[in-house]
Amino acid sequence: MKRLTALVFFTLVSTAIFSQSIYMTRSGQITFFSKTPMENIEGKNNEVTSMLDTSKGDLVFAVLIKSFHFDRALMEEHFNENYMESNKIPKATFQGKITNLSAINFSKDGTYEAAIEGDLTIHGVKHPHKGTGTITVSKGKITGVSNFTVLLADYKIEIPSLVADKIAPTIEIRVNCVYEPKS
Amino acid sequence: MNLNLNRYQLGIIFLLTLFSIPAFSQDDLMKMLEDETEKDKKPDYATATFKTTRLINGHSVENVAAGVLDFRISHRFGYVNGGAYQLWGLDEASMRLGFDYGLSKRWMIGIGRSTYQKQYDGFTKFKFLRQSSGVRNMPITLSAIGSIMYKSLKFEDPTRENYLTSNLYYSGQLLIARKFSESLSIQLMPTIVHYNLVPGANDPNDLLSLGIGGRMKLSKRVSLNVEYYYQLPDYKFEGTQNSLSIGFDIETGGHVFQVYCTNSTGMTERTYITETTGDFFNGDIRLGFTISRVFTIKKPKP
Repeated sequence: MKRLTALVFFTLVSTAIFSQSIYMTRSGQITFFSKTPMENIEGKNNEVTSMLDTSKGDLVFAVLIKSFHFDRALMEEHFNENYMESNKIPKATFQGKITNLSAINFSKDGTYEAAIEGDLTIHGVKHPHKGTGTITVSKGKITGVSNFTVLLADYKIEIPSLVADKIAPTIEIRVNCVYEPKS
Repeated sequence: MNLNLNRYQLGIIFLLTLFSIPAFSQDDLMKMLEDETEKDKKPDYATATFKTTRLINGHSVENVAAGVLDFRISHRFGYVNGGAYQLWGLDEASMRLGFDYGLSKRWMIGIGRSTYQKQYDGFTKFKFLRQSSGVRNMPITLSAIGSIMYKSLKFEDPTRENYLTSNLYYSGQLLIARKFSESLSIQLMPTIVHYNLVPGANDPNDLLSLGIGGRMKLSKRVSLNVEYYYQLPDYKFEGTQNSLSIGFDIETGGHVFQVYCTNSTGMTERTYITETTGDFFNGDIRLGFTISRVFTIKKPKP
């Protein structure tokens, strides 16, 4: 019986240690920009969910496409209906890793450069993504920021010639997430 | 429960526990994220049941978004069976200018002026139910519309005592719609049109009809629309026809272009539902088109 208690204790402790390394956000921000001389388009999502495992550097994102909002209602409708087909493909995801984990000390306040690598899935098309980000550790919270660009053609998002001069083929994406320890 | 584990069994469990941690990967982290966000799910509302606020002549369940102004210009040509002399109806044109505005996500209002019978009209449309699936299941979208029309054409008989109210007309409609799939949406429109003054002594003042319409998407930006209003036999004017319209919605960036064929002349409930005289299958068909251009007056709150 003593052994069993020890086992249960060990399991509990290991789970506790393990789960402490997991950080999460439900209110991450992703903003994208399409800039052309004709029109600038900006979509903003404040309900991005993401998890970060600081022990192994694993990083995942799940982003609801319908949570992107625009200044113009018609842009939002077209974004969902015509380009992202969000009824069919409701989510975009990222599954990847921080590859320079040794350079980041998650238990010490500070700012670190992170190298990120993984698979970005947008519009149902999986494409490898390599980028950099800045990680700031402060008072038990982790802030992750990353800016990068994607090519619409990589994700099979078609832009009809009629609006080709209004939508940029390369889209700028800004990610800003504040992670807290997962309870 | 009696758990009498021997040294070996315990050892195996211990090892399994150890191995279970490294086996944890990004897939599991993704699974964990999905599980964690499962309870945050919101109802999945059906969006863009139709491309625009009008099916063809009549309303669809779509509203203009809050703070958005929709400027609509509708044209209606003459009957195509007028032949080459009338350039198949193109020599004759009537139009309606309209402004619609979204007060909230569910409520919109609009005003218009038609050249046909010099008519003014105003309406208010409210969305009561939204079709949704997932966390909340609602099979249909339900809207109600009330409209008022004023014919400013001079009275036919100025010697008679004429009242301003004689030229007022009202209509009420329920719009019941369902988006069955990405490409197919169907809508039912039970309608009542009220006349303060009717043409004949035996004509009813309240005219009832049931409309049915739908759209089929032909591509992402083009859809085929059909709209038909069946007038109940005892609640219609003698000699009128049921309104039938077939058309296309063509969407380009900031506006929607609608082009259609219809046997109706007017573009308000009274004129197209209860006063259509053209026989569609006898060639009394008019070509028509509507251009809708939206302007964002108030930006949505972030």
